[in-house]
Amino acid sequence: MSTAPAKTAVADADLTARYYDLDEHDHPEGGSTMLGFWIYLMSDCLIFAMLFATFGVLGANYAAGPGPRDLFDLPLVALNTSMLLFSSITYGFAMLAMQKGLVRQTQLWLVITGLFGAAFLGIELYEFAHLIHEGATPQRSAFLSAFFTLVGTHGLHVTFGLIWLGVLLVQVEQRGLIAANRRRLMCLSLFWHFLDVIWIGVFTFVYLMGMLR
Amino acid sequence: MLFGRLSLESLPLHEPIIVATFAAVVLGGAALVGALTWFRLWGYLWREWFTSVDHKKIGIMYMVLGLVMFLRGFADAVMMRIQQAIAFNGSEGYLNSHHYDQVFTAHGVIMIFFVAMPFVTGLMNYVVPLQIGARDVSFPFLNNFSFWMTTAGAVLVMASLFVGEFAQTGWLAYPPLSGIAYSPGVGVDYYIWALQIAGVGTTLSGINLIATIVKMRAPGMTMMRMPVFTWTSLCTNVLIVASFPVLTAVLALLSLDRYVGTNFFTNDFGGSPMMYVNLIWIWGHPEVYILILPIFGVFSEVTATFCGKRLFGYSSMVYATVVITILSYLVWLHHFFTMGSGASVNSFFGITTMVISIPTGAKLFNWLFTMYRARIRFDLPMMWTVAFMLTFVIGGMTGVLLAVPPADFVLHNSLFLIAHFHNVIIGGVVFGVFAAINYWWPKAFGFRLDPFWGKISFWCWVVGFWLAFTPLYVMGLMGVTRRLRVFDDPSLQIWFVIAAIGAGLIACGIAAMLIQYAVSIIRRDQLRDESGDPWNGRTLEWATSSPPPAYNFAFTPVVHDLDAWDEMKRAGAPRPAGNFRPIHMPKNTGAGIILAGISTVCGFALIWHIWWLAGVSLAALLITAIAHTFNYARDFHIPAETVAETEAERARQLAALKGAAA
Amino acid sequence: MSAAHEHGAGHDHGNGYGHGHDHGGEAHGTMRDYVWGFALSVILTAIPFWLVMAGPIADKSVTALIITAFAAIQIVVHMIFFLHMNARAEGGWNMLALIFTIVIVVIVLTGSLWVMYHLNANMMPQSHQMDSLP
Repeated sequence: MSTAPAKTAVADADLTARYYDLDEHDHPEGGSTMLGFWIYLMSDCLIFAMLFATFGVLGANYAAGPGPRDLFDLPLVALNTSMLLFSSITYGFAMLAMQKGLVRQTQLWLVITGLFGAAFLGIELYEFAHLIHEGATPQRSAFLSAFFTLVGTHGLHVTFGLIWLGVLLVQVEQRGLIAANRRRLMCLSLFWHFLDVIWIGVFTFVYLMGMLR
Repeated sequence: MLFGRLSLESLPLHEPIIVATFAAVVLGGAALVGALTWFRLWGYLWREWFTSVDHKKIGIMYMVLGLVMFLRGFADAVMMRIQQAIAFNGSEGYLNSHHYDQVFTAHGVIMIFFVAMPFVTGLMNYVVPLQIGARDVSFPFLNNFSFWMTTAGAVLVMASLFVGEFAQTGWLAYPPLSGIAYSPGVGVDYYIWALQIAGVGTTLSGINLIATIVKMRAPGMTMMRMPVFTWTSLCTNVLIVASFPVLTAVLALLSLDRYVGTNFFTNDFGGSPMMYVNLIWIWGHPEVYILILPIFGVFSEVTATFCGKRLFGYSSMVYATVVITILSYLVWLHHFFTMGSGASVNSFFGITTMVISIPTGAKLFNWLFTMYRARIRFDLPMMWTVAFMLTFVIGGMTGVLLAVPPADFVLHNSLFLIAHFHNVIIGGVVFGVFAAINYWWPKAFGFRLDPFWGKISFWCWVVGFWLAFTPLYVMGLMGVTRRLRVFDDPSLQIWFVIAAIGAGLIACGIAAMLIQYAVSIIRRDQLRDESGDPWNGRTLEWATSSPPPAYNFAFTPVVHDLDAWDEMKRAGAPRPAGNFRPIHMPKNTGAGIILAGISTVCGFALIWHIWWLAGVSLAALLITAIAHTFNYARDFHIPAETVAETEAERARQLAALKGAAA
Repeated sequence: MSAAHEHGAGHDHGNGYGHGHDHGGEAHGTMRDYVWGFALSVILTAIPFWLVMAGPIADKSVTALIITAFAAIQIVVHMIFFLHMNARAEGGWNMLALIFTIVIVVIVLTGSLWVMYHLNANMMPQSHQMDSLP
């Protein structure tokens, strides 16, 4: 008689264990961050897709103004592209140093990456200033509106990447390569390489294709 | 210089209607602020609600925002109905064109962006984490920030009522009308910045919920064991993330045209206004599926629960949802067949539009087959569901009619179109939101909604809807176009009068709904539900108490099948009674509301060309955001003793219920 | 371990190739990844620039096709070597999100170009068509 309730108690405990996670551990903090950031990058990618579509549709509307052949300076664009490419591999070196837990080396490579990024921006600003000086302003034609907006939006992203990089340098200095900072550095890594991927589209479809028109 | 374009003349003091509204808002607002101060509620609101990162509270705040803006949007609708009912036989009505054009623009913008979107986002926010057995969303702070950005957009739209003007362009602000040449005022700028700021919130909340659904499901809940509402929410958020950036980009280009003088959508220098129409509908069509998909999920949950059996054709429901998600990107041109892209383009988009009705039809049959031979309980959520099925099918069929390009050439921009999309949005989204509110209210607050006033609201709404929009179908077929302020043909007046009566009946429905909420709150003790499962539900949100504790589940449920809670009830699994552990939770933060507040100021400054303020607030925004990243202490643990106490209280409550039933 | 071993044994001459992919499981790169990625990127960037600047191919549309192909390849190279994309990271969700985005981007780009091209062809007849009008 006395065994029956004991049995149900055991069965109940089994049932509880079957339907509830009794041995739960804290979820690792930030477990969704990399996925979430990747999805953000995908949404950003669509913004660029719209700008590319606009450039594709309006890019031949010179409105009797200057066209790509009159304006673009390919050696300068090649130099600019190399800046971004160098900054990509130096960011890669920063990530390798981070994986080994080397704070100083990580910071050093980040600074170098930042310098290449700044050089890229400087060259782009020089190009823009030169164009505007020649009268090829964003207001001049739909082609120039689309050109300045597409390339400028990419440049704006690089600017934000640089600000973010600066903030992370401070945070790594303050707290070292703790898990939260590693995660942030990995997010910025995705962001930085993503901007390089966008630039492939820019130099191919805006500059090189423009010169072929 | 100090105030940009803003001056005393910007206040619409010459419009008596607006002045009266303003006075009423000021008095009401003052009374509200006074009451909050008198009852010392500010601290409570700030600590427990405004800075909360709890997905349940944020969900409820979204619903409140949606409801408030719904009243505003509906007031606009009533104004239009009255104007159109009386502006005959030489009468100009009572609204001048400047005011009337703002009213129809504001009505569309508010109803889509600040009513339907908050309602849908609020539902997803509240229900999804509970349904997947999670304790919160993936990024709780971001969730709070998203809500306040949406609110910031709503604040800007409301501000346009009393400071300056709103756009007079229709809800999508087509150029060249919305360009600087034809809309030199602040109206379009209000439109742009309200949508841009709210759009940031919407996109981030979409990312958040995708990550939540992908990463935080309870153990054992595979993709094909997710509740249908969670599935439709996943697809909706995928659509949000893949379409709102499009809107952001298009509006950015329009603002460049207006602020910098670029030539994207102008008529000069190679710009193309039709490119705007093309781009904005790439966002616009997925947007309507963003609204309706989660509502399809609501109806699926309601139908299964009130028929007391598993949903018919679960997997076909999932596939239909995914197919709709993809197809919604292939139909956008049907909004502008008449643009002139020619036969090949129009036939492609006409056919894709007709194809998309197939998965939708499959869903309808699934609901019908679930109901077939079931013991259906006709509580309010189920009543709304049946009304939806009958109403939405008509709206769907007129939609297929419009998908035929030659028919569309006749009906484009006519009242037939207006009747069609109100048919699917009211009959689908609005009815669905009401079904959802009646269904999940007991979960959120621990007591049911009063059925009597709910039924009055139901019948006023359903009858009122058909009375208000059938005349529009008729007149649309006769060729009456949308957005007209005065009419020459006196024979049309009777139809507009009938439509106005319908709108009046809907107003009664809204009043009854508000009374329903008030009566239910007053009589909450009689309507109390202590079981946490008042409808004999099937999914995990009903496995916890009503309202759920801050941590949702003391122990995460383990899922073995579809309809997890139904299976747990059948197995009779006892709740864990001991060995509680501390629960890891995110901390509240005021950063979200502060950032959104600064964004509102920034938007206002940009609208009024107050450049110094725009610069200062932009800098403040950046600095505050960066400062927030220096806060690394964002979480805490609810101690095991607190959890044990809460759970013991819950066990006593359930035991008392069991004792009362025996 | 045994699977990796068999893989290596099955491709004696391809050891380096097999090794490079052993690290795909985690989202970290190796020095080898970055150097390979950089070298390939330099090549894939330099050739299109040379094709356009020196103009060794007379037909411009052929040149355009070739540089488009180079861009596509370079994007894949960046995805693999710099962004460490593979089908396993995050349970495949990263890859799924990327594929979905690419589908949407293709729809948006080709759709817009197609729609707007037809619009221009129909609604803005070029001058030679104007000439034939009475």
